[in-house]
Amino acid sequence: MNVPENLRYAKSHEWLRLTDGAVGISDHAQSELSDVVFVDLPKVGRTVKAGETIAVVESVKAASDIYAPVSGEVTEINAALADTSALVNTDPYGDGWMFKLKLADPGEAEALLDPAAYRSQIGG
Amino acid sequence: MADSPAADSLKHTPLHAAHVALGGKMVEFGGWHMPVAYGTGIITEHRAVRAAAGVFDISHMGQFFVRNAGAKAWLNSVFSNQLGKIGPGQSLYGFLLNERGGVIDDLIIYQFGDEQFLLVVNASMIQEDLAWLQRHLTPGIKLENMSAECAALALQGPKAEAIFHNFFGPGVTPPPRLGVSVIERNGLTIYVARTGYTGEDGFEFFYPASAAESVFRELLEIGRPLGLIPAGLGARDSLRLEVCYPLNGSDLSPDRTPLEAALSIFCALDKEFIGVEPLQKQKAEGVKTRLAALKMTEKGPPLRSHYSVFHQGERVGELSSGGLSPCLERGIGLSYLPVELAKAGTPLEIDIRGQRYPATVEKKPLYQKS
Repeated sequence: MNVPENLRYAKSHEWLRLTDGAVGISDHAQSELSDVVFVDLPKVGRTVKAGETIAVVESVKAASDIYAPVSGEVTEINAALADTSALVNTDPYGDGWMFKLKLADPGEAEALLDPAAYRSQIGG
Repeated sequence: MADSPAADSLKHTPLHAAHVALGGKMVEFGGWHMPVAYGTGIITEHRAVRAAAGVFDISHMGQFFVRNAGAKAWLNSVFSNQLGKIGPGQSLYGFLLNERGGVIDDLIIYQFGDEQFLLVVNASMIQEDLAWLQRHLTPGIKLENMSAECAALALQGPKAEAIFHNFFGPGVTPPPRLGVSVIERNGLTIYVARTGYTGEDGFEFFYPASAAESVFRELLEIGRPLGLIPAGLGARDSLRLEVCYPLNGSDLSPDRTPLEAALSIFCALDKEFIGVEPLQKQKAEGVKTRLAALKMTEKGPPLRSHYSVFHQGERVGELSSGGLSPCLERGIGLSYLPVELAKAGTPLEIDIRGQRYPATVEKKPLYQKS
């Protein structure tokens, strides 16, 4: 499984890019879900606390909650997912990003897993 | 996203190891550890069954053999459909009903000899069906639960017949639609039925569990050049939902009659069987609710069971089944609705996480081969 070095990870399989606050789900997560057919994204301007449900990813079989990896305000959403939710499967760390957060407390990102710790969590 | 629960203590079919080896994504289903899909995913498997063929492990389902003089008359007294309509080599779909006319289980009865039958029942209902049948059993009739000894496969799709010929060889005639044959192959006895749960042509194989894996692998190998792939429970569910076949425990329940489920054609109201009186009464008075098929007006999230259904702002029901139709590219579902709303064209709204999405009642089946 692909676990890029430039990202931080939540135990619940979301990733956070520190440079722009982008959030998505990991390669491992998309593979577990398979066939993502709909992504319910938050509204721009919404503020969330770390661990709060912020989006829902629907595969054919199940709806899965996506949790905010850190607290902050939603500054942008990936509108492309409305028509092509499969980007979450095909490019989970690139075009399959979900939303961007303006971090309320950059210190929270330190509490997330680094690539090595996440890799060991998913057993890869 | 949350991790899936551990899968200890779940029952395994004789093909469990083969599923894992084929990359099956294993999930819990009615107490069984079953593949929801293989590597290519539910949508690919669904499309393969519509366009070519798929093979499903249905060994978790129950198989009961019933025989001896009087077997047919006895079955006819506990089964909703008229077994007098079939003879050896044929099958019939119907229900076991409780005294209130509610559905205990839906099943297919296959007839072999004059007094020899195979009943194929739902996996989660094996013990309950068996206990119920034993309680009503006429002395002298043999009822045998062979579920643990039987492997079962469903070969489904437009290429199923061609694969049948390649698998059994020339000179073996496939059973006609809804028919059943006993076929010997390399010393192995396989009961082959022309039935299924996908809306496609296809066969169901019932054979000794000891040969489970060899038959499965050989069938896959022989069918592969024709597009055959293994398919999991995810595709099985989306395929049956597109053609509006009911799932017991979701669309059928002990509190709903087959008349309410719009399946009265599988009930012979002019014969005696357990549960017939409430059905006759209901037919005379008219049903108040009926199971309807519905489809989302636009592309959107898949539908799921228990989502609330609204009509003109009023909550009128909830989905008993829901999903995404890969062929229609829309959310689809089934819901019990007040009978005046259960007509094609009725506008509805479905509540998904607090947001209302438009849908309409559609004619069944939702998907029909063009």
